[in-house]
Amino acid sequence: MARESEDPAMTKASKVKRQRKKKPKENKTRTVHANILYDNAKGEENPNRHYANNEIKTTKYTLLSFLPKNLFEQFHRFANVYFVFIALLNFVPVVNAFQPELALAPVVFILSVTAIKDLWEDYRRHRSDQEINHMDCLVYSRAERRYVEKYWKELRVGDFIRLRCNEILPADVLLLSSSDPDRLCHIETATLDGETNLKQRQVVRSFYDLDCDFNPLKYNSIIECEKPNNDLNRFRGYIIHRSGRRDALYKENLLLRGCTIRNTEEAVGIVIYAGHETKAMLNNNGPRYKRSKLERQMNVDVFWCVIILLVMCLFAAVGHGLWMFQYGDKRPVFDVLSPEGTDLSPIMSAIYLFLTMIIVFQVLIPISLFVSIEIVKICQVYFIHQDMELYDEETDSHLQCRALNITEDLGQMQYIFSDKTGTLTENKMVFRRCTVAGVEYSHDANARRLAMYQEMDSEEEECTSHGGTLPRRDSVTTHGLQQPHGQCSSPPTSVLIPLCCVLSTDNPSSVLQEKDITPDPQLLDKVNDCSSQMDFMRFHSQPTSQLPSDLADIIDFFIALTICNTVVVSSPNQPRQKPRTQGPLLWCNLFMFFLFCTTWGVVSIFSRKEFNFSPVHLATFPTKTASKGCSSLLSSPSAESTLTKLDEEQTPRGLEHAFSPVPPCYDGKGWNLEEGELRYEAESPDEAALVYAARAYKCSLVGRLPDQVTVELPHLGKLSFELLHTLGFDSTRKRMSVVVRHPLTDQITVYTKGADSVIMDLIRPPDTGSSKGKRQKKIVNRTQNYLNLYAADGLRTLCIAKKILSKEQYACWLQRHLEAETAIQGREELLFESALRLETNLHLLGATGIEDRLQDGVPETIASLRKAGLQIWVLTGDKQETAVNIAYACKLLDPEEEILTLNADSQVSIGRDSTEQIYSSSSPSSHSSSHTAAPFTVHRLGLVIDGRTLAYALDKSLEDKFLAVARSCRSVLCCRSTPLQKSMVVKLVRNKLKVMTLAIGDGANDVSMIQVADVGVGISGQEGMQAVMASDFALPRFRYLQKLLLVHGHWCYSRLANMILYFFYKNAMFVALIFWYQFYCGFSGSAMIDQWYLIFFNLMFSAFPQLITGTLDKDVSAETLQQLPQLYVNGQNSEEYKPYMFWMNMIDAFYQSLVCFFIPYFAYADSDVDLFTWGTPITTLALFTILVHLGIETKTWTWMNWLSIAFSIALFFTVALCYNASCPTCYTPSNPYWTMQRLLQDPLFYLLCVITPLVALLPRYFYRACQGTLFPSPVQVGRQLDKLPAETRRNILSLSRVKMHLIETFHCWPIRELVLVLCSSFSCACKRIKTWIRRHCGLESALIFLRRFLCSKAQQKHVSVSLN
Amino acid sequence: MMASSYNAKEEDGHHSGASSHGGAGAVKSKKPDNTAFKQQRLPAWQPILTAGTVLPAFFVIGLIFIPIGIGLFVSSNNIKEFEIDYTGVGESSPCHSCAKNFSWNSTTPCLCSVDFTLEQPFESNVFMYYGLSNFYQNHRRYVKSRDDSQLNGDRSALTSPSKECEPYRTSEGLPIAPCGAIANSLFNDTLELYHIDANGTSNSIPLVKKGIAWWTDKHVKFRNPGGNGNLTVAFQGTNKPVNWRRPVYELDPSDSENNGFINEDFIVWMRTAALPTFRKLYRIIQKKPSSTPTLPSGKYVLNITYNYPVLSFDGRKRMILSTISWMGGKNPFLGIAYITVGSICFFLGVVLLIIHHKYDTRNNSADIPN
Repeated sequence: MARESEDPAMTKASKVKRQRKKKPKENKTRTVHANILYDNAKGEENPNRHYANNEIKTTKYTLLSFLPKNLFEQFHRFANVYFVFIALLNFVPVVNAFQPELALAPVVFILSVTAIKDLWEDYRRHRSDQEINHMDCLVYSRAERRYVEKYWKELRVGDFIRLRCNEILPADVLLLSSSDPDRLCHIETATLDGETNLKQRQVVRSFYDLDCDFNPLKYNSIIECEKPNNDLNRFRGYIIHRSGRRDALYKENLLLRGCTIRNTEEAVGIVIYAGHETKAMLNNNGPRYKRSKLERQMNVDVFWCVIILLVMCLFAAVGHGLWMFQYGDKRPVFDVLSPEGTDLSPIMSAIYLFLTMIIVFQVLIPISLFVSIEIVKICQVYFIHQDMELYDEETDSHLQCRALNITEDLGQMQYIFSDKTGTLTENKMVFRRCTVAGVEYSHDANARRLAMYQEMDSEEEECTSHGGTLPRRDSVTTHGLQQPHGQCSSPPTSVLIPLCCVLSTDNPSSVLQEKDITPDPQLLDKVNDCSSQMDFMRFHSQPTSQLPSDLADIIDFFIALTICNTVVVSSPNQPRQKPRTQGPLLWCNLFMFFLFCTTWGVVSIFSRKEFNFSPVHLATFPTKTASKGCSSLLSSPSAESTLTKLDEEQTPRGLEHAFSPVPPCYDGKGWNLEEGELRYEAESPDEAALVYAARAYKCSLVGRLPDQVTVELPHLGKLSFELLHTLGFDSTRKRMSVVVRHPLTDQITVYTKGADSVIMDLIRPPDTGSSKGKRQKKIVNRTQNYLNLYAADGLRTLCIAKKILSKEQYACWLQRHLEAETAIQGREELLFESALRLETNLHLLGATGIEDRLQDGVPETIASLRKAGLQIWVLTGDKQETAVNIAYACKLLDPEEEILTLNADSQVSIGRDSTEQIYSSSSPSSHSSSHTAAPFTVHRLGLVIDGRTLAYALDKSLEDKFLAVARSCRSVLCCRSTPLQKSMVVKLVRNKLKVMTLAIGDGANDVSMIQVADVGVGISGQEGMQAVMASDFALPRFRYLQKLLLVHGHWCYSRLANMILYFFYKNAMFVALIFWYQFYCGFSGSAMIDQWYLIFFNLMFSAFPQLITGTLDKDVSAETLQQLPQLYVNGQNSEEYKPYMFWMNMIDAFYQSLVCFFIPYFAYADSDVDLFTWGTPITTLALFTILVHLGIETKTWTWMNWLSIAFSIALFFTVALCYNASCPTCYTPSNPYWTMQRLLQDPLFYLLCVITPLVALLPRYFYRACQGTLFPSPVQVGRQLDKLPAETRRNILSLSRVKMHLIETFHCWPIRELVLVLCSSFSCACKRIKTWIRRHCGLESALIFLRRFLCSKAQQKHVSVSLN
Repeated sequence: MMASSYNAKEEDGHHSGASSHGGAGAVKSKKPDNTAFKQQRLPAWQPILTAGTVLPAFFVIGLIFIPIGIGLFVSSNNIKEFEIDYTGVGESSPCHSCAKNFSWNSTTPCLCSVDFTLEQPFESNVFMYYGLSNFYQNHRRYVKSRDDSQLNGDRSALTSPSKECEPYRTSEGLPIAPCGAIANSLFNDTLELYHIDANGTSNSIPLVKKGIAWWTDKHVKFRNPGGNGNLTVAFQGTNKPVNWRRPVYELDPSDSENNGFINEDFIVWMRTAALPTFRKLYRIIQKKPSSTPTLPSGKYVLNITYNYPVLSFDGRKRMILSTISWMGGKNPFLGIAYITVGSICFFLGVVLLIIHHKYDTRNNSADIPN
């Protein structure tokens, strides 16, 4: 570590040389020099000048590039190109139909609306960029030799910046110094990944033992690191010191832009990546673009429209050719020659006409449809955002729509794939039971207490929801323990509850309960017993190995719980949240230490300085200095230092070094005072739960440093475990381990915590010969039994194991581990293998059962989603028993149904098994030979499949079979599945069954599934924001899914579907008017509708009402939709917009246009009416017809609907009157001067206005009325239900609920009978019901009929009586 | 995303005090407003279309439409109309020779006269129309072929007409005034009506040729260049349309106020008809102040100066005499339509009533298929 100031010129020279040498490598790495070595940070000399500076610019356009770039982007949309093409076609004189400039108007309008929107968005981005670019930070200035304030944008790679607590990092910074004594810097990464727990970052090792302030002037190292990339969890590089020494850099050294410094007064770092090259910015992808199912369907119909258009044009062209042909050579006076004066042949004329017709009929392809859909979707998103019922008071968050263009997909879901943990459950872990050394401790008192809380909770819920509790950031991190620790030993619940009630004035009590555990008295006794024995032994210098093995296991068990995690300890009130003994306590410690020293006659080797630094480190051995920073997570110091340390360790040392000097008598008051303030911040809630659980037994984690964990044990006081390695959790290993040096035994101990399935396989096979081995075997068996029991209770199980390494073993492993750590290539894989090598031959300590409570309303939500016809699959990584149990708890599986469990070891067996099982379960009712047997058993089967079997099932050869089996099951549960498998399952179902899939999850392991599904929903829960970031919609709670799908999904779908259909109708109807006219103008492409009306009809006159209806229309009220989830089937089957409906609408459009054309035609036949005086009424009639048509289709009329329609009509007349009065000579060729004014004086016009829309809409109106009476769709029934008086409605709904309940209880046939019985009891048992039920096995229809009977007033009384 | 999500100043307040919940109150809740609009609970009228609910509408429509229809029908029937085809297609037709021999190129007018008898006297003002059939005045290129600026008296447009007028824009190097195909094909038959009274003498019936065009057309849209001064001078440097015999400023030699672009016959012609069979107002026969009918029943002679060839495109020429009512000329269609629609609505109302009675109530066991 050469920090001597040197001649800068020399440094420069050497660096330049080095750089030249590295040139070939330049592509792979980035070299960062400190800027202060150069006079001018922007100078030519500066090697950093090529790197991006810290000014960010997220805007897409500049002032200059806006127009071309925006236009270019807009022309990616095919429709825009089409319309521009048509507009340009107008400039060709032979074919032009409109004034060319005018024809450009709609395209320009549409383009400019989009452009203005883009411009506005870009401007907002620019504003926020400016704001960010002008934030302040402290940058070291060489000239002034101090840190000066600069804007963020002035920051450059290589600058030194000083960061203070709660500041936001302006760039990716390599941490070089921290005011923290342990050279740590805490950051909160919430803005990056949403995780609110604090993360520790370490100062680069070479700068580790700087005792005083970091002096940038003395810095002259070079950093080489990766090129900027977007992987937040990776940073590799090394720092090259003047001396030529290299030190590796890890992600623990890097502070990322956007994170916030917490709990650290000051930190200094050098900017590595700036501006757009920071990881945060590289991760910043735009919103995803998905195309909804409805839109896909719409595109098909747009295509049909094109075909219709071409057919119409072709028809007209042929007609024109023939018309020309019939005159032969005798050119009539009205057939004008071409502008050039040449005589056009009929064929040429027809060809030109074809093009002209395309222009005239262009409206058939709805230009405004795309814009309107976007507007409506934005409004829909707005309303979803605004829904109060989707707002979670507790987390102060509401639903977020991250994808703006697939709202209507929510109404068409068929399959839901759900994660379990954190999605169905709270992911707030509560420690429930544990087993240690084969003995089960059931924690009954705790269970009772929790039960009481739950009751209270539900009662309290109502008042809290109304009273408006304060928003809470994160239950795991923000809630300290208010309950004094000492109370834990006194179990009476009666004391605890009032206490909690008092505390819950600002905390929902549900939060408190998770942290508090009433210890099991038996276990508590044992712990006390054990620790006192150990204490005793310590005082008598007896080796702890003499402890009875079960007691040793107990203490080890708790130590493992306490240290085998990545929990960070912090106390909320201190600005620096480092748990330290300070003030009087320090003195106590000091006093005790000296007392201790004198008593034992040990000469302290601690230097005074270090003592000051960390009084808690007292108990650690002298080699500590060398081993500082030896490991934090997967890092370790440079090889040599560790190895030297290892050598030192070989020398025997006194046991007493390991002992904490604090005598047991001290741990009553002083410690607890401080501990009461401690809070644990864990990456996963399980860890926190376990640490809190251990604390209930007075094994508390009091401090965690990268190289050391301090634990306070009863009687023994504080023990510091030297943390040698942490082998972090990963989903493949499903376990984590810590390697520590046990302070009592001085053994190198590995504590492993992980999923029972993996740990159990790693247990050292007990030596069956010895009695100890037999006992061990018994323990393993019993633990396994308990594990099964826990899982059956729906608890999450974790196994705790340990392993003691001999020095030689450790050295051997360490050697290879260090190799792995220093490897450049494939470091991750090597580390993984290294971890595998270590975690073998474990000694089982015990297991824990953690409860993950179901979220509120999950069973209800699942039940109602299922009633809505949604297939719900749960894909979880949890073990089978737990998953099955949770599935029962949330009503996913039903005790009535048969569970099909697929656990196979090979591909062949699964194929065989599944089919066999299907047949066996369906055999009573079906002929076993045919494959079609399966569907008959739909309501009776639940499928449970585990990860391994799933892997076989997802194989190409078996996937069809698997799907067939899965389809025949009512619910499917995949356990032990990996994230990849989850996404594969979703993909399989989506692609093979061609269904709409929704994936919902909360954790990083759900991301792939969320991305694959048609709609991805993220739960913004406890496990960070990765799922949310990947999702299309983010929900605070699972139960909100119900309203999101059943209500908003339904509405969005039906609104949009109706709007799209209406659009097609509207355009077809309008265009067809001109088409009919072609028969009367020699197919010449003439239009009786003034071109202004023609062009602005869609854009202005008829645009608003449909937007209002598309945004606000409610076919059924939210309440009914939720109470009758069956209505959701409407969207699933795309019933609002079926292909035939497009054609029905087209036919209706053609009919209506015929009416609108021919009534004025006959009314004005053989009169002196001129072209546009006749065309204007037709336009008016068409407008009225179109508006009234919308009126018929509108289900809810709010004042906005009325207003928009009135506005449309007023707008039309105002525009028409102004236009017709404005200029007597302009607007060739129509020149409609004074036309409208004259029309308004003509009684005939009014007579037409009355009769034409009426005739045009009579069939539709009549059809709707008949449909409403004769064969109402379920949605219409729902609407009718809305209208009923509240009392009747409640009766009917409760009837339906009774019915649903009965369906679940019994199976299909008794219900039918039951309904019939019910019907007959109303003395209305008519054959029609029977027929209906016979026809549709489903009972919805029966319900509908019931409702109809109930409607007739005579029976209403009867019903309520019989229901009550 | 990143860009908008940090806001250091604001966060400082409540994060530094991490667990102090007192500070949390300061944080603005994101709770949505509970307004009827945002919660989509706007008061609304929710009509449900069933037989029962729409029933009254049908009957009401029926009840209103039928009387209106009858009224319209009656008032249309009160209009007297007489129509005579003088194209001269048939051999026996008086204008047959004219029709056969005549073309645009003929220089001398062909005269013919048609006799007809009015069975009933025409009271009040009688409107005299000429009607053309199979004449596509609404042809796209035809409709465009005009220059409104020129017709409005714009001098520059007079000398250089719009391109739309092609190929009737210039002739012999001079701009055509009025240019375009519409003007070029101006209807130029002259019709005169004589009443033959009981003693065989024919009395010319005065035909008023003013007031047949729209007032706005005559006074706003159409104007002569340089006002109504010396039109000959004004139109100097222009040529007459190819098919015309006289220049535009000699259209009505008898009345200088009716010459040039503001000639009413011309204006009427320029208002292109909507359909291939159309009529255009030609003259008005004013009601006489005395109580005698405007056109008493009896014999009449129509003298035609046959200038306009239509046979080449199978066209027909008619002369129509008609009185008008408040709703225009004779057209029974609307009356019939109203009556029909009213009846249909009434009928559908009955159907719905049956449906309503059958299906909205319970006694319906008969119609169940098994």
